[in-house]
Amino acid sequence: MNGFEVTRRDHQEISTLFIKGHLDAHTYPRFETELQKLIDEKRYKIIVDFRDLSYISSAGLGVFMGFIETVRDHSGDIKLCTMPPKVFKVFDLVGFPSLYEILSDDQEALKRFENRPSET
Amino acid sequence: MNTDNLNTFSMQIASRTDNLEIIRMFVADIAKNLGMTEEAVYEIELAVDEACTNVIKHAYRFDSTQYIDITVQTNSRKLTIIISDRGVGFNPDQLESPELRIKKHARGGLGIALIRKVMDEVTFDIHPGQRNEVRMVKYF
Repeated sequence: MNGFEVTRRDHQEISTLFIKGHLDAHTYPRFETELQKLIDEKRYKIIVDFRDLSYISSAGLGVFMGFIETVRDHSGDIKLCTMPPKVFKVFDLVGFPSLYEILSDDQEALKRFENRPSET
Repeated sequence: MNTDNLNTFSMQIASRTDNLEIIRMFVADIAKNLGMTEEAVYEIELAVDEACTNVIKHAYRFDSTQYIDITVQTNSRKLTIIISDRGVGFNPDQLESPELRIKKHARGGLGIALIRKVMDEVTFDIHPGQRNEVRMVKYF
């Protein structure tokens, strides 16, 4: 069984959540709790790194929908990065790329928040 | 009678979200044994997960004393999955499009849309309180 894990790394005013395993209707509350903690701490610049996520269902997608308005209302954003192709496909099927910025890796996502030019 | 190598697998499992991973493993193993691609296996896992999540959440409203029946039929051309419950049922034709759900920043309502996008055929047979069934087919 893969389960689900989330770990956090803060860099100045930007927080990165590294998610691992399976994000589904059973595990999504753990991810939601970590996002809510960031909101409670008024940290609105959020990167979610998917490199170790092997599975996502619509219950996982729903978590992003639940926070995006609050975050953007406070001049922040949720940027997504390092998404395995099969996970990206689920996002793509429901049109998420029009709503969220999806970047190649966490450094690229950090640059977007810091308004630094991209190397690519 | 030509059965075209018809094979049937079935599982009855308690209606609990912590069983979703077991359900996914069940269908994924069958699909892998048929030689389906990694992408197709993921799509089948996703479709079954979404259908069972709907049963757990909407048909049985998180009553974990209820059961979900999952049947997988395979032959040389296709894999068919039938998921059935005896819960309250729903009208699949009244669901909003995923585009509209995204526009509204709505949290739920994407599961059935995902099933329809990743499977080749999807049919519903809804008889609330008696037997609700979703039948999904993937060709290979």
